[in-house]
Amino acid sequence: MGKKSWIRVLIPIVSVLIALLIASIIIIWVGEGSFMERLQFLVTAYSEMIKGAFGSVSAFMNTIIKMSPLILTGLAVGFGFRAGVFNIGAEGQMAMGALTASIFAVNASALPMVIAIPMTIIVGMLAGAVWAGIAGFLKAKTGAHEVITTIMLNWIAYNITNWAVAGPFNSGGGTPKSPEIAESTKLPNVVSSQATFLSYGIFIAIAAAIIMYVILYRTSMGYEVKAVGFNPFASEYGGINVSKNIIITMAISGALAGLAGTLESIGLYYRFYGTLTSGKGFDGISIALIGQNNPFGIIAASLLIGGLRTGSNQMQFVGVPKHIVTIIQSIIIFLVAAERIVMTIMGWNKKKGGSK
Amino acid sequence: MNFLKAFFESFTNPTFYKLTLSAATPLLFASLGGMFSEKTGVVNIALEGIMLLGAFTGVVGAALFGSPWIGLILAMLVGIGAAALHAMASVNFQANQIVSATAIILLAQGVTGFLLEPVFGQPGSTPIYDKIPEVKLTFLKEGSFLHGMIGSLSPLIYVALVMVIVSWFIVYKTRLGLRIRAVGENPEAADTLGVSVYGIRWFGVLMSGLFASLGGAYLSVGELGQFSENMTNGKGFIALAAMILGNWTPKGALFACLLFGAAEALNEQLQSNPTLAISSSVKPLFNLIPFVITLIVVAGFVGLTRPPAASGTPYEKKG
Repeated sequence: MGKKSWIRVLIPIVSVLIALLIASIIIIWVGEGSFMERLQFLVTAYSEMIKGAFGSVSAFMNTIIKMSPLILTGLAVGFGFRAGVFNIGAEGQMAMGALTASIFAVNASALPMVIAIPMTIIVGMLAGAVWAGIAGFLKAKTGAHEVITTIMLNWIAYNITNWAVAGPFNSGGGTPKSPEIAESTKLPNVVSSQATFLSYGIFIAIAAAIIMYVILYRTSMGYEVKAVGFNPFASEYGGINVSKNIIITMAISGALAGLAGTLESIGLYYRFYGTLTSGKGFDGISIALIGQNNPFGIIAASLLIGGLRTGSNQMQFVGVPKHIVTIIQSIIIFLVAAERIVMTIMGWNKKKGGSK
Repeated sequence: MNFLKAFFESFTNPTFYKLTLSAATPLLFASLGGMFSEKTGVVNIALEGIMLLGAFTGVVGAALFGSPWIGLILAMLVGIGAAALHAMASVNFQANQIVSATAIILLAQGVTGFLLEPVFGQPGSTPIYDKIPEVKLTFLKEGSFLHGMIGSLSPLIYVALVMVIVSWFIVYKTRLGLRIRAVGENPEAADTLGVSVYGIRWFGVLMSGLFASLGGAYLSVGELGQFSENMTNGKGFIALAAMILGNWTPKGALFACLLFGAAEALNEQLQSNPTLAISSSVKPLFNLIPFVITLIVVAGFVGLTRPPAASGTPYEKKG
C-alpha cells in the first residue's frame, strides 16, 4: 500500500519532467545555429521562464494571481472526477459565473461592502452551478454524456457572454467589455507591488480547497460522491441516489468554476471581459489530473501551471511561442491518463497490484 | 413576420442547400471516423483536435509544395499519426479514453498555435493559398436552381458521400466489419474466437484519424485555402453528436450531419438576410443556434440510440 501511494504522487511528477524534456527538444529544434547555440537558447528560454514566473516580487505576485482561478477550476474538474463525471465545461461555467456576478456587481452600489461582496460571490457561484447543473440534469435524466453537453454549453456561454458585452452590457470603447463594477463589490487587495495588486482571492481559493478536502474525506456526502464515482451500480444497490448525486456533483463543480470567474471580475479586472476566462477552465483539467484530484495536490499543480503560464509570457520575448505551455500541458495530461506508459518507462509495473 | 419571410427566402435560395452540403461535409467525415473508432470499442473525442491538425497540415502542404492535394495527403498522414497516439494510450496502455483524447485536442491546439508563426510568419491565421478546385457541372443550366445548388462543389463533398457507402460496406458487408462489430460489442468473446482485439481497435482508431483529418483539411484547403487558429470551433464535438444521433451507423451519420449542416446554413443565411438586417452585436445569439440544437438532440435522442456495448471500456489481453 505504502509503495503504491508513492507511485500515485510520482506519476504526475515524472510526467511533468518528461513533458519538460520533450518541450526542451522542441525548443532546441526551433532554435538557430549550431547545437551549442541552440542549447544556449534553451537555457535562455527556461531561465527567462523562471524569471518571468518567480524572478521578482511582482512576477511572483503575478503567478499567485494566475493561481487563484486555476485552483478553483482545478477543484471544479477534480471534484467531478471524484464522482465519475468529466466536467470539461468549467470554461463556460466560469464565464457564466463571471458575467452574472458582474451584472449584479455593477448594480450593487447601494449595498455596503460586507453584504455586497458575499452576495456577488453567491450570485456568481449560483450561475456556475446552474450552468453545470444543466449538464448534470441531462446526464441523470437522459444519459446524455456530460463531455458533449458541457462542450456545447461552453460554446453557448461563449456566445451569450460575447453578445452581452457587445450589446446590452457594453460600456463602449474598443474591446467589448462591461461597465466597471461598484466600488463596494471590489475585493480588497492584500499587497501591491508597482502596478500589480494581489487581492484576497487567493485565500478564498485556498479555503475552497480545504472545504473540499473536508467534504470529500470527512463527510458522508463526500463518501457518497466517491462511491458513485468508484462504482455507480454498486452505489445504487447500496441505497445511494445516483441521479441526485450526479446533479449535485455537477452543481458543486460548476459553483467552483463560477467562483473562479467571479473572483477574476471582483478581484482583478473589476469588470467582465469577453476574454476573462481565456482557457483557465480548460487548464483546470490538467491541474486536476496533475494534482490527482486531491485538493492539496491541486494547489501544487496550480502553482506549476500558473508559473508556466506567467513565465511563458516572458519566454515569448526571446522567441518561444507561448503555445509551448499548451504542448507541455497536453503531454502531461496524456502521460497521466496513460500512467502505464510512465510506469513502463520507470520500470514500476514489474508486479501489478492485485486489483484486477 | 419579417422572420417568416427571411426563413422562406432562405429555404427557396439554392445557396442554402449548397451551404448545407458544405457545412455537413467536415462533420460527415469526422462523424464516420468517430463511428469506426466506437464500433471497435474506443471512444475518440479527439476528433476535434485531429480535425484541427488536418486543417493546419493541409495548408502547410499547400504552402510548401504549392498543391492543396499534397496538403490533403499530408493531413491524412498527420491525422493517422495523432490517432496512433490515442490508440497506443487507450488500447495498449488502457488509459482513460476521454482524458487521453482531451490531451490530444490540447496537443493539436498547442502544436498548430506554436508552429503558425515560425512556418507562416504571422500569428492568428495563414495567408490564403490555392484551394482544391471545385467540380463544375457544366451540363446544368446556368442560373437554374440545381446549378446554384450543386453546379460548383468541392470534390471532397462527393468523396464524403461516397465514404458513407464505403463505410457501410466495410462495417456491414465484410469479414473485417464483422470483427469490428464483435470487438465493439463483446471483446472477450471476440478474443476467445481468435480475433485480435488490439489489432481491430487500432484499425478503428486509425480510421477515425484518417477521416477526421480529411474533415479538417476540407475546412482549410477544401473551402478557404487558409488556416486560422482553432478554426474547427467545436465541429469535432458536433460530429460526435451527429454520430450518436445517427445511432452509430453511416447512413444515420449522413442524415444527422445534413441536419446540423442545415442548421449552420440557416444561421448564415439569416445573419446575412437583408430583410432582417441583423446588427453585428446580436450575431453571437445566432451563432449559438447550432450548439443549442446539438445539445437538444443529444439529450433527446441519446436514450433512443444504442452505442456499441464495449465502447469506452479498455480491454486487457488475456494471457
